[in-house]
Amino acid sequence: MTFELSHFTAAVIFAACASTVFGITQRNTPRDMMRYGAYCFALFVGGVIVAAWVMWAIKH
Amino acid sequence: MANLQQTAAKGGEVSASSMAIIAPFAGWLLPGLGHFIQRKWIRGLLLMLAVFIMFFAGIGMQGKVYGFNTGDLLDILGFVGDVGSGMLYFIARTMDWGGGNIQRAVADYGTKYIVVAGLLNIIAAVDAHQIAIGKKS
Repeated sequence: MTFELSHFTAAVIFAACASTVFGITQRNTPRDMMRYGAYCFALFVGGVIVAAWVMWAIKH
Repeated sequence: MANLQQTAAKGGEVSASSMAIIAPFAGWLLPGLGHFIQRKWIRGLLLMLAVFIMFFAGIGMQGKVYGFNTGDLLDILGFVGDVGSGMLYFIARTMDWGGGNIQRAVADYGTKYIVVAGLLNIIAAVDAHQIAIGKKS
């Protein structure tokens, strides 16, 4: 069982799983859990995109 | 605490103090189990899915599963993170999964996935403890 993921796909899967755990464990109510999970996911994926553009800018 | 006291009052089998020990241990051993035994079914299922997906995605990417070692500090920390997955770690070691593959860039991601799966499971186990002692509903 092996598979090849792109960098972005790997980052999105990582973000989804980590955000799920962070959301459930760091907040008390289901509504807050979903909001915090979505917030973490957006920060993870947004951070990846920003880092990618920064690296692109450094290279060029 | 309130939930456990109610359970105990209704003739439940587990007291609050024993649940505070059993829940995190069960949660560590099998991701999500610490929440299942406290009837937090959806949370337990989501935590289980998150840890399982990360762990098996890491294995699928040919990530490395660290064995016990006293060598490089990062290897020791890798082992500590991996052990956080509980039973998944022991199954992987028993089945000889996670040999690693330095020729694939994605395999390094896999190694990190496996370590993070263990660390997330430890967070989930601590959460199960917090629920058991009544700090969280």
